Amino acid sequence: MVRLGLLLLIAMIGARQARAQVDPAVLAAEEARVAVVEKCVASTVAVFSPGGQGGGSGVVISPDGYALSNFHVTSACGDAMQCGMADGKLYDAVIVGLDPTGDVALIKLLGRNDFPAAELGDSDQVRVGDWCFTVGNPFLLATDYQPSVAFGVISGVHRYQYPAGTILEYADCLQSDAAINPGNSGGPMFDAQGKLIGINGRGSFEKRGRVNVGVGYAISINQIKNFLGHLKSGRIADHATLGAVVRSDADRRVVVDDILEESDAYRRGLRYGDEIIAFAGRPITTVNAFKNALGIFPRGWRVPLSFRRQGQRYDVLVRLRGVHAEIELEEMIAAEQQDPHEKMPIPKGEKPKDEPGSEPKEEEPEDQKPGDGGPGKDPVPVRMPKKKAPMPEIVKQHYEKKAGYVNYFFNELERKRVAAALTSRGNYANLGKAWAVTGKTGGAEEFRLEFSDAGAAIRLPSGELRVEWTGGMSNHLEPPGSGGLLAALALWRRMLVDGPQSFSRVQYLGTMPLADREGMFDILEATHEDVECLFYIDPQGSLAALEMFPETDVDPCELYFTDYREFAGQWLPGKIEVRFGDGYNYEFSCESYAAADAPQPEGE
Amino acid sequence: MNLAAIQRLLALSLLAFAAVEARAASVAEVIDTTQPKMVKIYGAGGFNRLEAYQSGFLISAEGHIATAWSYVLDTDYITVTLNDGRRFEAKLLGADPRLELAVLKIEATELPFFDLNAAATADSGTRVLAFSNLFGVATGDEPASVQHGVVAVKTQLDARRGVFETPYRGSVYVLDAMTNNPGAAGGALINQRGELVAMLGKELRSAQNNIWLNYALPIEELRGSVSQILEGKFRPTDEQPKLKPDEAIDLAALGLVLVPDVLERTPPYVDLVRGGSAAAMAGLRPDDLIVFVGENLVHSCQGFRDELAHIERNSPLKLVLMRGQELVEVEVPAAEGDRP
Repeated sequence: MVRLGLLLLIAMIGARQARAQVDPAVLAAEEARVAVVEKCVASTVAVFSPGGQGGGSGVVISPDGYALSNFHVTSACGDAMQCGMADGKLYDAVIVGLDPTGDVALIKLLGRNDFPAAELGDSDQVRVGDWCFTVGNPFLLATDYQPSVAFGVISGVHRYQYPAGTILEYADCLQSDAAINPGNSGGPMFDAQGKLIGINGRGSFEKRGRVNVGVGYAISINQIKNFLGHLKSGRIADHATLGAVVRSDADRRVVVDDILEESDAYRRGLRYGDEIIAFAGRPITTVNAFKNALGIFPRGWRVPLSFRRQGQRYDVLVRLRGVHAEIELEEMIAAEQQDPHEKMPIPKGEKPKDEPGSEPKEEEPEDQKPGDGGPGKDPVPVRMPKKKAPMPEIVKQHYEKKAGYVNYFFNELERKRVAAALTSRGNYANLGKAWAVTGKTGGAEEFRLEFSDAGAAIRLPSGELRVEWTGGMSNHLEPPGSGGLLAALALWRRMLVDGPQSFSRVQYLGTMPLADREGMFDILEATHEDVECLFYIDPQGSLAALEMFPETDVDPCELYFTDYREFAGQWLPGKIEVRFGDGYNYEFSCESYAAADAPQPEGE
Repeated sequence: MNLAAIQRLLALSLLAFAAVEARAASVAEVIDTTQPKMVKIYGAGGFNRLEAYQSGFLISAEGHIATAWSYVLDTDYITVTLNDGRRFEAKLLGADPRLELAVLKIEATELPFFDLNAAATADSGTRVLAFSNLFGVATGDEPASVQHGVVAVKTQLDARRGVFETPYRGSVYVLDAMTNNPGAAGGALINQRGELVAMLGKELRSAQNNIWLNYALPIEELRGSVSQILEGKFRPTDEQPKLKPDEAIDLAALGLVLVPDVLERTPPYVDLVRGGSAAAMAGLRPDDLIVFVGENLVHSCQGFRDELAHIERNSPLKLVLMRGQELVEVEVPAAEGDRP
């Protein structure tokens, strides 16, 4: 025993001396990497279904416990799951939001407000050849909640992987030779600095069985950033389409092959045969490049589009349509929970099991013979027979079932947060039921605007226009050509004074950007009578813009509120800009806000 | 063993990271200079788990391409897509089935390329990058996939005869990276200086334990054959106009029946060998695939018939056959006096 101890001691001294000869720079880099791996391991989550028999991986992205995973992982778990972390503890977690098309799920770990969180990187800066590593729960090995770490390089960026049906599309994804095995699904891919660059979820497998063969794919974190607000809304997020189909022509140009007349792209002038030059800030040279550029956006975003027709270039801003109808998304999720994808999605060319002509036992590859044995035999995420486990009490407190939502609890939470922010800068009720705003137009003419729930008026040196909201606001889109400036102003007042609850239907939609503005804006979607509005609220709680849609598939009246300052003791915009379609653009510089007598008619 | 210890161990096992940081820029450079030399090749296949694509790399500024010799090239319509997205019809210039090597040619100039004479060798432990279009991930102007690894060992594949079924008998680099996937054959293996080291081989699975081998063929093994192909050897028969003899050999004279010629390029498989015929005496068997007539590559029934049409009836005939995964050379005796 003593001898053994001595031997060990000698061995250790030997090792120490060998270590001392190593270049200090190498040792320093090693230390740095140990620290990076430690940090990344701490934020990684082993996701287990309530029965503990299925699951995958995830990663915490904020100290309050929000964590990312794959839709195809959480759909196997249901509304509640259990998450093991490297601290050895198991946390209850609840589903928050889903992006079935992009195969992303947002969950929230409960019980702490100081979870170790991963730092989000910028996946557009990732280059082929960069070192990266994947952390997670391959083959559900992390029964002690300690994740596995695998190391590799980025093999490709901006990869496009076809969807399985209409969901689980991997657009603009990262490809790596770091091991991504079943069970790694939903887990993080980190860069060498330990920044989160993607969520692992897919591999090319084919004939060698469901194990890594050096080709794995991660959803880029930049795509997920675009969807994060939507995911936090407790809703089912939808992806976007231009409303046009493109193809490569004989000259290898990307041209419009078909276009929906209801689409914004059509209204902005895009037609059959036009060549797409650039989309969302990226040059478009192939159909895949277009699909990549498009695949990272939620429905409703407005992105720049450049196209060419007969030598003439056109640059427009297009609002993207949804890929699915809401009901389709709900059905998809129900179907997935009933009969989940048993595995990571099968990329194109790898014959889905139900493809005609493929062998019936495609998913049990012939090379997985008995004797291969080992944990690799388990297809992961593993399914257990569907029996509802009782929901833990802490999950119940964070879950509300409502048709059309993944978890309505979070929609309400976000809606209340945004509503509170919106009125944090003043008590707009002081301005009353009818507002009067005066100032000068962009053409330096005096103006007076009055608006209330009953009607509205605009007075210019050239004359006065009065409307009342009889028969629905969509019938009163005055002044002509504005798309409904007066109605939009009335709804603005309604939101500030009477609050979101005064609308017949209101929900937190998520976050979207605004053209020419930095950052992201919280969106409240509210319906009043027969019109629908999107309210864009900046992080400080100021309303940055309002879009009013009198019906679907038409241009909205857009109001932009800038130059905020104190008016009558309230935080109000010094400038209101109105835009409609391609032409209408009108500016009001506000000099005073006051309560006004309601415009005629007085009584209701 | 606690978590920290495991992580330390992991870190130690991947000590190269320090070098990594310092080297990052040069890896990016190496990748940037290599990608324009890679091509995507499309041809026959697309059914029954036979992918209709593979990889290749440019070996001359005028559009010579080295790739793996495979069924993908069994077509008159081989398409090559360059890294910049330009697409070309390619010609099969020649092939050496013993090395599973083929050389294609596209009509282009001023292309970046690997100089085979400047290719490097590697040893166990050499860090390498593998470039290929495995799984057909990339299309158009999308760059090839890059994988990293080290050379585990340089060894002889024929030491494993009966285990890995391949006609290749030369040395190979066995890699610790999972490089040999569908579509990866013909890809380039380079070292950290960006020097070409080897060509990725076709998928190969051990008959004993079903393990897939990741390996590459050293350029030094291929260089000679590439030169010979460029010099005009191992050319497909239809490339070489020759005078026809008055009386040529034909299949009937040999006592040979090929499989029905139903495809655009039906591989010349033997269907039947007539008893007592010259072919039978030479030991030809049904299911043999005729690969060479003399030094001329044949890759279709028609090509074989054309080749025979150029050979005097009273001369002996040298054939190279593919029997299973073995290459077999036979000499068919002159079929004199066998006229009807």
